[in-house]
Amino acid sequence: MKLLDRNGFRTDDFSRAGADGAARLDAVIVPFADLPSTAARAGKRLGVDIPNTVTVEQLAPHFEKLALIGIAFPASTDGRGFSLGRRLRRAGFKGLLRASGPLIPDQFPYALACGFDEIELPDASAARQPESQWLQALGAITLPYQRGYARPSSIFEQRRQARKEAAHG
Amino acid sequence: MYRYDEFDERFVRERVAQFRDQVNRRLSGALTEEEFRPLRLQNGLYLQLHAYMLRIAIPYGVLSSQQLCQLAVIADKYDRGYGHFTTRTNLQFNWPKLKDAPDILDLLADVQMHCIQTSGNDIRNVTADQFAGVAGDEIEDPRPVAELIRQWSSLHPEFSFLPRKFKIAVIASQADRAVMKSHDVGIRIVRNKAGESGYEIFAGGGLGRTPMVGKRVREFLPKGQLLAYLEALLRVYNLEGRRDNKFKARIKILVHEIGIDAFRDRVEAEFARADAFSDDENAELARISAQFEVRNYEKLSARSETFEAARKSDPAFAEWVAHSLFAHKVDGYAAVTISLKPVGGVPGDMTSDQMRFFADLTDRFSLGELRVTHAQNLVLPNVKQDDLHALWRELGKAGLATPNVGLVTDIISCPGLDYCALATARSIPIAQAISNRFADKARQDEIGPLQIKISGCINACGHHHVGHIGILGLEKRGQESYQITLGGDPTENMAIGELLGPGLAAGDVPAAIERIVGVYLDKRADGETFIETVKRLGVSEFKAAFLAGAQNEAA
Ligand code: SF4
Repeated sequence: MKLLDRNGFRTDDFSRAGADGAARLDAVIVPFADLPSTAARAGKRLGVDIPNTVTVEQLAPHFEKLALIGIAFPASTDGRGFSLGRRLRRAGFKGLLRASGPLIPDQFPYALACGFDEIELPDASAARQPESQWLQALGAITLPYQRGYARPSSIFEQRRQARKEAAHG
Repeated sequence: MYRYDEFDERFVRERVAQFRDQVNRRLSGALTEEEFRPLRLQNGLYLQLHAYMLRIAIPYGVLSSQQLCQLAVIADKYDRGYGHFTTRTNLQFNWPKLKDAPDILDLLADVQMHCIQTSGNDIRNVTADQFAGVAGDEIEDPRPVAELIRQWSSLHPEFSFLPRKFKIAVIASQADRAVMKSHDVGIRIVRNKAGESGYEIFAGGGLGRTPMVGKRVREFLPKGQLLAYLEALLRVYNLEGRRDNKFKARIKILVHEIGIDAFRDRVEAEFARADAFSDDENAELARISAQFEVRNYEKLSARSETFEAARKSDPAFAEWVAHSLFAHKVDGYAAVTISLKPVGGVPGDMTSDQMRFFADLTDRFSLGELRVTHAQNLVLPNVKQDDLHALWRELGKAGLATPNVGLVTDIISCPGLDYCALATARSIPIAQAISNRFADKARQDEIGPLQIKISGCINACGHHHVGHIGILGLEKRGQESYQITLGGDPTENMAIGELLGPGLAAGDVPAAIERIVGVYLDKRADGETFIETVKRLGVSEFKAAFLAGAQNEAA
C-alpha cells in the first residue's frame, strides 16, 4: 500500500491494528466492528476503516475520538465513497479522510473536492502510475463548474463574483 | 443559443487535453484497459462491433449551422462521410480511430462542442423539447435550465461514478414532446397558484429491461433551488442505488424497491441539509436565458399570403406542409420538422453533403439555428411562413422533403446489430422493410399518425416500449426474433406497450404490422387516430389478428 496526498507520495503515520508492533505506535487504524469498543487514548491517534455502506449516523457518535476515517473504494468505478466522504464532511467530521482502494489519477481531484485528504493505493496501482501523473491530474481542469465542494474556486463562483463586482462597480 | 464564455471555453479545451493525456496513459500501459474504459466512455468513445464509435453531445438538441458544418468536416476526414442522429439527440460517428479521437475533440471544441458524458455511468447529455423557445404552449424556454444542468453536471466530482447512467430531460409545457417521463429525472417547468414558475420533478422513469413511467417526487420546487435539489437526489441514488446487478442499477429500480414515498423522504432529508445558492442560481439562469433570446424576429402578419397561395397552387407542397409544420409563438413564423426517414432509408443517418447543404438552408431560412429531435428528425425552428415554399423546394433537391413526419414510415430505429456491440438483432433493416412495405403515400395518409419504434436489444435505445407499435429484436436459438408490443405512448400520457405474442422472424414483421394496421382501419371511429383506437378497444382484438396471422405463417 502506498499513501498519497495533494503533495505527492508520503509515509503513512498510521498502522493497522493487529499489524506487528501496531499497538506501540501513536496512530492506529481499527476495523469498523472494533470501533465501539476502542477507547481514545491520550497522546494516540485513532483511525477506522469503513466500508462505503456505513452511514453517517453510525459514525457521528465517534467523531470526537477519531483522527482518521478511511473509506474503502472496492473498485475505481464504485463512486459511493465520494458521496459518503461529502456527507461526513457536512456532518462536521474534521479529521483526516482517506480513500482506500484502486482509484486512478483522474479521480484524485474528485476525491479532494469531496473532502478527502489522502488516497491509500494498492502497490500495483502505485507502481503503474507514478507520482507525476497524480499531481498532473490535479491541474488538468483549472476551474470546474460546481460550487460548494472543497476547492479554491469554481466557474459558478467566479461568475457570481463578477456579477457582484459589476453590481457595485 | 448559448455561447461559451471564457470559462466554458477553457473548460472544454482543458478537457480535450485531459482526454489526450488519458489516451497516452492507456497506450503507455499506465492505465489498464479496465481503468481506461470508464474514462473513454465518459468521453463518448465506445468499442463497437467493427470499430470505435464516437458519440458527440448535442446538448438539448440545439445546433448552429456552423456546428453542423464542422460535423460534416469530421465525417469526411475521420469517418465515412456520414453521421447518425440518435434518440438522445446525440450524433454518432461509427468509424473513427482511437488515435484520432483527441483531434476530433479539438475540432469540436473549435465550435463549442464536446463529447463529455455522452456515455458512462454519469449524468448524460440533457435533453429538452425540440420546440423549446418557439412553442406557444410553454411557460418559458426550458433550454436555459438544461444548459445550467449541462454545466453543473460536467465532470461532477461526486457523480461521475454512479451505479449506472443518469438521464435528465427538461420540458416546460403540459404537452410532453421529449418523453420526459422515461428519464431518470424529468423536470417540467410549471407555475404554482401564486403564478410563480418553478419545477415539477419526476424520478425513476426509464425504458430498458424494466420499463417504468417516472413518478412525481416534487410537486413544486421554487426557482433557485434546482441544483441543490438535484445534488440531494443524486447523492441518495449514488449511495443507495444497486451496484450488484447492472440491470438493477438504474434509479428506477431503487425508486421501485423502496417506493416513491420513501425515496422522496430521503431526498427531502438530504435537501434540507443542502447549501443554499438560490439567489445566485437565478442570476446565473438569467445570464444563460439572455443568450437564448432571439432578438431578430421580423414583425410579420400572422397570415402569409405567399404561403397560402403556394399551398393552394402546389399540392405536393401542401402535402408536406400538412405533416411538417408546428405553430410558432411569433406571428408569421413556423417551426418545420425535416424528416430524416426517406422511404427505405436508414433512420437518422445524414451524409456530410446533406449536412453542409442543410447548414446553408439553416442560415438562409432559420436564423442559423437547427434542432435534432429524439425521433431522429431535424427541426428548423424559425422559418418565415413567406419562405416555406422556397425552403421546401430546396429541401427536395437534397432528398430532405419526405412528407412523412409522424406517419407510419417515420420510424425510430436504433443502430442495432449493424453497428452496436450490445445488439441481439438487426433493427435498421426491419425499419427499412416496414418503410418499403408502406411506401405508398396515399396509404400512409389513410393510416394517419402512427409511431413505430424499433430497438435491437432490451436496452431499448429505439424507445420500443413507448411506440404505438414497438418492435424489439432478440436472439432465440441463434435466430433473430422480434417481439411486437402495442399501445405504447411517449407523450404526457406515457404508457408502456403490451406484448402481443411470441416473437416473429424478421421476414414476418412487415406482414404482422399490416395485420395490426388492418384492425385499426377496420374498427376506427370517425376521425380516430391509431393510438386512440387502441386505447378505446384495448389490445385483445389486435392480439387476435396478430396471433391468427402468426399461426398461418407457422403452418
Ligand atoms: S437498443 Fe441495444 S442494439 Fe439498439 S443501440 Fe441500444 S444497446 Fe444497441
